[in-house]
Amino acid sequence: MPHRKSWVYFNDRLSRYLFISSAVLVSLIIVCIIWFVGMQGLSTFREVSIFEFFTSSKWSPDSGQFGALSFIAGSIGTTLIAILLGGPIGLAGAVFLAEMAPPWVRAIMRPATDLFAGIPSVVYGYVGITVVVGLTRKLTNSPTGYGMLAAGIVLAIMILPTVISLSEDALRALPGTYKEASLALGATRWQTIRRVLVPAASPGILTAIILAMARAIGETMAVQMVIGNSPRFPSSLVSPTSTLTSNIVMEMGNTPFGSTWNNALFLMAFILLIIALVMIILVRTASRKGASH
Amino acid sequence: MKARQADRFATMMLWGVAVLILSLLVAFLIQILGRGLPFLTSDFFNGPDGVRGQLFNSFYILFLSLVFSMPVGLGAGIYMSEYAPKTKLTDIIRLSTESLATVPSIVFGLFGMIVFVNMLGLGFTILGGAATLALLNLPILVRVTEESLQAVPRSYREASLALGATMWQTIRKVILPTALPGLITGITLVAGRALGETAILIFTAGMNVSRKLFDINPFAAGETLAVHLFAAKSNPLPGTNADQIADGTAALLIIMVIVFNLFLTIPSRWLQKRLLGKNKV
Repeated sequence: MPHRKSWVYFNDRLSRYLFISSAVLVSLIIVCIIWFVGMQGLSTFREVSIFEFFTSSKWSPDSGQFGALSFIAGSIGTTLIAILLGGPIGLAGAVFLAEMAPPWVRAIMRPATDLFAGIPSVVYGYVGITVVVGLTRKLTNSPTGYGMLAAGIVLAIMILPTVISLSEDALRALPGTYKEASLALGATRWQTIRRVLVPAASPGILTAIILAMARAIGETMAVQMVIGNSPRFPSSLVSPTSTLTSNIVMEMGNTPFGSTWNNALFLMAFILLIIALVMIILVRTASRKGASH
Repeated sequence: MKARQADRFATMMLWGVAVLILSLLVAFLIQILGRGLPFLTSDFFNGPDGVRGQLFNSFYILFLSLVFSMPVGLGAGIYMSEYAPKTKLTDIIRLSTESLATVPSIVFGLFGMIVFVNMLGLGFTILGGAATLALLNLPILVRVTEESLQAVPRSYREASLALGATMWQTIRKVILPTALPGLITGITLVAGRALGETAILIFTAGMNVSRKLFDINPFAAGETLAVHLFAAKSNPLPGTNADQIADGTAALLIIMVIVFNLFLTIPSRWLQKRLLGKNKV
């Protein structure tokens, strides 16, 4: 009997250590990613000046020019278009789901947004090439239709599920008394939504928008397929250009590992990583602000 | 009166947005399935440019990535839900899980390329692809595990511990079985996402497919369906019917996503009913 009992306690302790070490392992991974990608990327600066990399838009690695400004501008531009288009639509969808939708409509919309989230990004890119690019070409009379506008539209659809589900959660988490008090004062439903509910849920909505931006700026395949992949500064919304992600995909295969060119691509990935980490810190601040309300 | 008009107008607009979102999805499905379904013949799978190798690789890599990520992901999730005291360490673990969840997949891809392709010198392999994909799965697994375990009522734990069970016995015999429906939903979610992942696999598993059928050699390069669609659409080889392959592959991927989404809802509901029914007796 005592033998059996000690076995039970041994198991208990062993499982506890296994769980702790899994948790520690998960945190070590992010450290490893920052370290490896950062080391590889930052070694670019041995050959290229920081100033040139961030402020020049001349990208011709063959002649030793590594200005990544076009890609940074492309990434920021497409992300902004995506948020301007997808943010309001997603927020409206969330308000609709949280405050208006009858149960049967919700029963359709929920799985529908899940399906949106489940569609692989290459499939979004495929639809981008077959439909969206043709649309932007016709609408703007541009020669190709490829560019930031097409990428922004595709990304706007891709971020919808993130914006909708997180904003809806934020709206639902509000105490029912907010709504009741406003309605009891004679406010209409729309006034209640606009003046009470959305402002009260704003930290959660902000989190949704930031996470959607993080998704948009890091999205690779869909963007690469519709951006046009020309390493030039975007002169208009419908001129072929590149983003940080699309350029990595385009050029990674042609560059030997360890060359300056290759390192510069890793540096672009490192920039994306840093942006993602900054976004997480922003989200944390936003939600802490929400908690102190 | 103005306020009431604004209210009616806003109601109409919001319904309009809801209709827009739904019709976007319907248009997506009609566009993809309408173009691709006619190409899904047996020749599409078994012909000279057939995708059966890619289809197999998709599931093989998915399976391996789950094998790698599930023990660690579940373990970390259990720790965060059941043990984690409010200390600096758990705060750091939580922060790093959240950070890992926002890392763009292309960054995972490049990380996998440094570690598996170059440092370990494996080249493009199914093993490297699956191991890197596992990193993408991890943060979602941790979160899903933590959430489903947190949904188990406190009284269950207290009852079990009060009977003299150890922590491990409580977790294994009480908490995990109760949280099972949530865990299964979560794992299906992870699997669905991993199945469509492309950016990671281009840089780790490569864009070649074995000529042998059902080649389980993990050191071979393994192109998946999603990577295949990307290759067919972004740099089509001249002389092949790349457009048809792309249309068919996109339709196949969408069908797989829909099937996974069905799996997501049906079995967990069924399990929940069964478990709840049992508990009531």
